[in-house]
Amino acid sequence: MANHPLISYVEEARGRGMSNKQIIDALTSAGWQTHDLTNIFLEHIEVSREPAIPESADSIVTVRNVSKIYNKTIKALDNVSLEVKRGSVTALLGPNGAGKTTLVRILTTLLTLEHGTARVAGFDIVRDAQELRSVIGLAGQYAAVDETLTGRENLEMVGRLYHLSVPTSRQRADELLHQFNLDEASDRVLKTYSGGMRRRLDLAASLVIRPQILFLDEPTTGLDPRGRFALWHVIRELVKDGTTVLLTTQYLEEADQLAHKIFVIDHGHIIAQGTADELKKQVGGDVLELHIADHGLIDETVRLITPFGSEAPRVDEDTNIITMPVSGGASILIDAVRELDSANIKINDIVLRRPSLDDVFMALTGHSAE
Amino acid sequence: MNNFSHTFSDIRVMTKRNLIKYRRVPQLLVFSTIQPVMFLLLFTYVFGGAIVTGTGTYINYLLPGILVQTVLFGAMQTGIGLVDDLSRGMIDRFRSLPMARSAVLAGRTITDVIRNLFVVILMTIVGLFIGFRIDHGIFNFLGAVALIALFGFAFSWVSATIGLAVKTPETAQVAGFIWVFPLAFGSSIFVPVSSMSSAIRAFAEHNPITYVVNTVRALTLGLPVGNNIWFALAWIAGIMIVFVPLAVNRYRSIS
Repeated sequence: MANHPLISYVEEARGRGMSNKQIIDALTSAGWQTHDLTNIFLEHIEVSREPAIPESADSIVTVRNVSKIYNKTIKALDNVSLEVKRGSVTALLGPNGAGKTTLVRILTTLLTLEHGTARVAGFDIVRDAQELRSVIGLAGQYAAVDETLTGRENLEMVGRLYHLSVPTSRQRADELLHQFNLDEASDRVLKTYSGGMRRRLDLAASLVIRPQILFLDEPTTGLDPRGRFALWHVIRELVKDGTTVLLTTQYLEEADQLAHKIFVIDHGHIIAQGTADELKKQVGGDVLELHIADHGLIDETVRLITPFGSEAPRVDEDTNIITMPVSGGASILIDAVRELDSANIKINDIVLRRPSLDDVFMALTGHSAE
Repeated sequence: MNNFSHTFSDIRVMTKRNLIKYRRVPQLLVFSTIQPVMFLLLFTYVFGGAIVTGTGTYINYLLPGILVQTVLFGAMQTGIGLVDDLSRGMIDRFRSLPMARSAVLAGRTITDVIRNLFVVILMTIVGLFIGFRIDHGIFNFLGAVALIALFGFAFSWVSATIGLAVKTPETAQVAGFIWVFPLAFGSSIFVPVSSMSSAIRAFAEHNPITYVVNTVRALTLGLPVGNNIWFALAWIAGIMIVFVPLAVNRYRSIS
């Protein structure tokens, strides 16, 4: 793979000053599949090109070439590098098993780091693990709170284990119970708490010391939409107060809603990064989404609209919805409607929209995120 | 930063947390008491008549053995409790905190010592009702209880090591019985070792439980303790020297 013909081509093209986008366009029109290009780019070119960037002053997390291999063969993380800016919300977005949780567990010292280096809040995560633990907060995939204790006892216990004094732990517990709307439940044993209340308490427990950085591993997994919405609100409030957040999620909408910067992870690789808007631009332009009434006419519809697209249309057989990246703006919408109308294909709905993160995932990996 | 006082405080916080659970879920204590009480009654009234010990009434022979058996079975709770925390994500929370690495394990094993002492006292009271007598000095008896507690503490670390290795509460329960049963029955808990067939007898004579039971029995019956106490203490020390580091190491390398 290392001397794949594409690599030398790309390096030569870069030498001529072509941007990644231009190179990809050129290769795509020469018949390469997006999927192949993604793999080549990410595994070999981006990484080999990456100089040892010094830790910048405003970055709170610096991850360099981190790999994690389970049982000697399974690469949960493969040469991952990233930075998180102080005061920002950064999302690690990817499907189950992509490696998001592994990375968070490494950065919070729960998993040992074997390959690569990482610094969090100025501490080397291996050498200064214990110091690091006293400045970070973690809310994991489970609500890690004690069932047989009350809400207040849970928070006081965590405070004491952060080595706060008894009065400080007590005071902090009070503040957090109030902040998370748990005043009334504070002296009740957790058995009586709802799932959403447990999550809130779990989040409160991770904030006992006002951490420099808060790690949230799939904070809303398992919550109903209302609980999810409430938790998003809480996270936004925290960020407003200056907390840096690194969260993992498999919900595209969640990353879009919360994060300033998104790293898309798939099979242990970071396959894309940027703001939600930047990622959407990688799809190139807009997406035409078309819902037709008659399932039997899907093939015909696809044939008719394909010439308008910048990429082949994607069909969801269950919903009769066809999506296709386009780059021509609103006139395409009109052309497509005209074309379908003259072929007597009845359209239930047609829109030209900004790409969703799912479209991004599709463009980058060739498969859907979910 | 004072590491020693932090470690001490962490262990205290963890112990308190574990004890609250026993206060709030008293069924846990009730069930861990009912089983040994049943054993006590079963052996006293069903099998006891057929067992010849040469030490007067069987209850006076049996109770010291049952007390040791109680803490041995109680030690299995250490592993189960840890695995329970592990499966609920509590251990992840603790490991992400700047607390002493040993505090979760120490807090758990100390809690189990306290629980064991409580059950031992209850069992003794039940024993007193059915004929057990402390005839040879309260200090001898308290010494015996202290040895039982120490023995339970050592086995808690074995249980912790196994629990952290198997990782599910159900497996921890089953894995516990596998090593506890042969140890308990291949010992002098219920019958004199001299009555066993020769192969079992060789095992039973060197079983740490036999040394502990013999010492406890000697103290409560007013018999000479002999070398039993040194063998008992040597076993306890040996078990701790091997299993404390093993358990701590397991805890550190949880992934």
